[in-house]
Amino acid sequence: MSYFSPSNPAALYLKSDTAAVDKYWDQSEHHPEEGASTPLGFWVYLMSDCLMFAVLFAVYGVLGTSYAAGPGPKALFDLNLVALNTAMLLLSSITFGFAMLALYAGDKKRTLRWLFITLLFGLAFLAIELYEFWHLIHEGAVPQRSAFLSSFFALVGTHGLHVFFGSVWLVTLMVQLSTKGITGPNIRRMNCLSMFWHFLDVIWIGVFTFVYLLGMI
Amino acid sequence: MADAPGAQPTTFLLGRLNWEAIPKEPIVWVTFAAVVLGGILVLAALTKYRLWGYLWKEWFTSVDHKKIGIMYIVLALVMFVRGFADALMMRLQQVWAFGGSEGYLNSHHYDQIFTAHGVIMIFFVAMPFITGLMNYLVPLQIGARDVSFPFLNNFSFWMTVGGAVITMASLFVGEYAQTGWLAFPPLSGIQSSPYVGVDYYIWGLQVAGVGTTLSGINLLVTILKMRAPGMTLMRMPIFTWTSLCANILIVASFPILTMTLILLTLDRYLGTAFFTNEAGGNAMMYVNLIWIWGHPEVYILILPLFGVFSEVTSTFSGKRLFGYSSMVYATICITILSYLVWLHHFFTMGSGASVNSFFGITTMIISIPTGAKLFNWLFTMYKGRIRYELPMMWTVAFMLTFVVGGMTGVLLAVPPADFVLHNSLFLIAHFHNVIIGGVLFGLFAAINFWWPKAFGYKLNVFWGKVSFWFWVVGFWAAFMPLYILGLMGVTRRMRVFDDPSYQIWFGIAAFGAVLIAIGIAAMFVQFGVSIWKRNDPAMRDETGDPWDGRTLEWATSSPPPDYNFAFTPVSHGLDTWWDMKREGAARPTGKYHAIHMPKNTGMGVILSAIATIFGMAMIWYIWWLAVLSFVALVAASIWHTFNYNRDFYIPVDEIEAKEAARTKQLQAAAGV
Repeated sequence: MSYFSPSNPAALYLKSDTAAVDKYWDQSEHHPEEGASTPLGFWVYLMSDCLMFAVLFAVYGVLGTSYAAGPGPKALFDLNLVALNTAMLLLSSITFGFAMLALYAGDKKRTLRWLFITLLFGLAFLAIELYEFWHLIHEGAVPQRSAFLSSFFALVGTHGLHVFFGSVWLVTLMVQLSTKGITGPNIRRMNCLSMFWHFLDVIWIGVFTFVYLLGMI
Repeated sequence: MADAPGAQPTTFLLGRLNWEAIPKEPIVWVTFAAVVLGGILVLAALTKYRLWGYLWKEWFTSVDHKKIGIMYIVLALVMFVRGFADALMMRLQQVWAFGGSEGYLNSHHYDQIFTAHGVIMIFFVAMPFITGLMNYLVPLQIGARDVSFPFLNNFSFWMTVGGAVITMASLFVGEYAQTGWLAFPPLSGIQSSPYVGVDYYIWGLQVAGVGTTLSGINLLVTILKMRAPGMTLMRMPIFTWTSLCANILIVASFPILTMTLILLTLDRYLGTAFFTNEAGGNAMMYVNLIWIWGHPEVYILILPLFGVFSEVTSTFSGKRLFGYSSMVYATICITILSYLVWLHHFFTMGSGASVNSFFGITTMIISIPTGAKLFNWLFTMYKGRIRYELPMMWTVAFMLTFVVGGMTGVLLAVPPADFVLHNSLFLIAHFHNVIIGGVLFGLFAAINFWWPKAFGYKLNVFWGKVSFWFWVVGFWAAFMPLYILGLMGVTRRMRVFDDPSYQIWFGIAAFGAVLIAIGIAAMFVQFGVSIWKRNDPAMRDETGDPWDGRTLEWATSSPPPDYNFAFTPVSHGLDTWWDMKREGAARPTGKYHAIHMPKNTGMGVILSAIATIFGMAMIWYIWWLAVLSFVALVAASIWHTFNYNRDFYIPVDEIEAKEAARTKQLQAAAGV
């Protein structure tokens, strides 16, 4: 029946020499710390999301000057408006930082207050972006007009969609914080949303530099 | 044909879904009738034997990585039958359509078949197969009780099923893409493909792609965070190493596919200009992007199987793997190089001599780490006491077959040669040679190797050998003629032929395909006979270690308990289980503790069902349903986060009872 072991192979599996067993098996109560994988898991997710943006940046890099005899960046972009918008998003990151500090201090009320302010900044960002899009569409600079505009709307719009869903998540977490309090799972979730929110900031810095500033040169 | 998107009649309620969507071909009707009949029989049997509750509670809602792994492989086997049916139909058409004959498939149907064959075999056979394998084995090999995110694992599986359902639905409602498996624009654009085919392709892949990406993240984090104490990276079993690299590749390449398909979707649905011929679009960018995903994808497929071959070779040679660390570094080299070769898929696009040379050389360099692996396997066998069990037979067949595929690959990496052979049947022969000879043979080795672990009994050897010989001989008969035809100048995806000198080669290839069909049938017979005779004492695996294994998955019972290990194993070197056996540490029976486990949940099924409905609504332009299902998807996800009650403890007495039974089982096997 068996190919390998000398006489009675199955007996091998019953052998338990105490010292050897203690060496090879941790017999104490041992559970992986709950949620220990979540920060790394969320980081990896963010990097995969980052790759999606990388594709959009690359596409913009290839198509960003394909105006198809339509309007280009200089005719369309209003840097003052974009600067204001950038300020909204950067401020929202600072206030999210304050929310995290309050969270670690265990102060629920202050956490919720800072989260609410963050939400307002986020919504302001979205409102200004929607105004900008509306303005462009009104001028005939629709995504279908040229490959440049297609890639512009795709890149900036994808970022905007992320901010929108980040805001939905933020509201959800505010509800959960106020009902369940500052618990282990909620701290973990706040950490993830915090990373997500700052990540969107970093992407926006790329958009601001690569699309708006370079476009105006 | 070149209708504008709005030109198809649509209604508010059903979008562009109407009676015209029902295919008019008898072949499809017969298939449909068979599927419906078979489906009714299965459903009736499930109802008669009252299996619905069991399936729902024990399988569909399970977050156990072992059950999810098995479900992935069942999905892959089902889809494999569909994908292979497509292959047989193509072989028949190509041997038939000579001398003025049109064969039996019109071009509309034939083009869908070659597209569906490619998509299904890659996305819904090979991918779920290896994902299932990694799911089952990785936690066991690293001494963990589950993956890092068990619910996410269940959700990923059901999203893959959702994608498969969408893809299969195209057979009976509407049509599938006629573009080839990568759907290059402008052919896949709305002008050339105005109907639902390409949309089925897009949404099937997008729904499944969510599952693939999330499962990649999950397994990657599992390997990095959940390893048993003492198991440093360089003490991980080699299959876990290759899985780690494959999952890095998944996480770092599938988002590119997702975004590329989103851009194609925008072109088709909103009329943007990413890949169009008008308004400054660039179709060549699509080809670049899709292959930046596509080339790493082929290494996602093959790397885990390199791991399987390594485990099998060292186990059945009774030796430590030769050159473990060189094997690890070779795997890492391949992982990195896989991102530097994508352009070799389209040398003929005309990127210039310098660019083509760069990618030609990087491609050839990949053969160096791959060759190193092959020598490692050979040296592992050298002076070993080799046991030619089924897994080892598949491994040797792989070595002989894969090398030929690898060499024709190096040939194709030479740009001037590629200009002659591009898109010819030589290419088709090449990639089937590496995918069948590498991926599929590896999966068969894996099934024969780990089946006893999963079910507690070995697979039937006679039918396994029948399957093996028909498969291997069938493969050579089916694909060597394609090399010759490729050199004769035959291009891929042709439906009818004029030159009668080709026909003999297509005849041989068709004969080979029939041999493979017998091999597949024999494999299913093998499963059936083995299940039927599962209580045969000669086939039972009472010890949990039927092959004298080396790694930790063999340290627990077959099948393993829900919690995998009652105690946490500690690693002190490579091949931990081998060391345990030699030092007499095989059976710890100390004081047990309650074990913390995640709870089952039906949310994975629900979320993916909604996502599937969303996909179908988008395909058929049923906008109200698309909006509704999207909102429902977001709402259900948020609702799920309000459930904080997700875990439980397996009580000590339950563990004690299970472990006592296991000790008894071992005593009975040992005769003490």
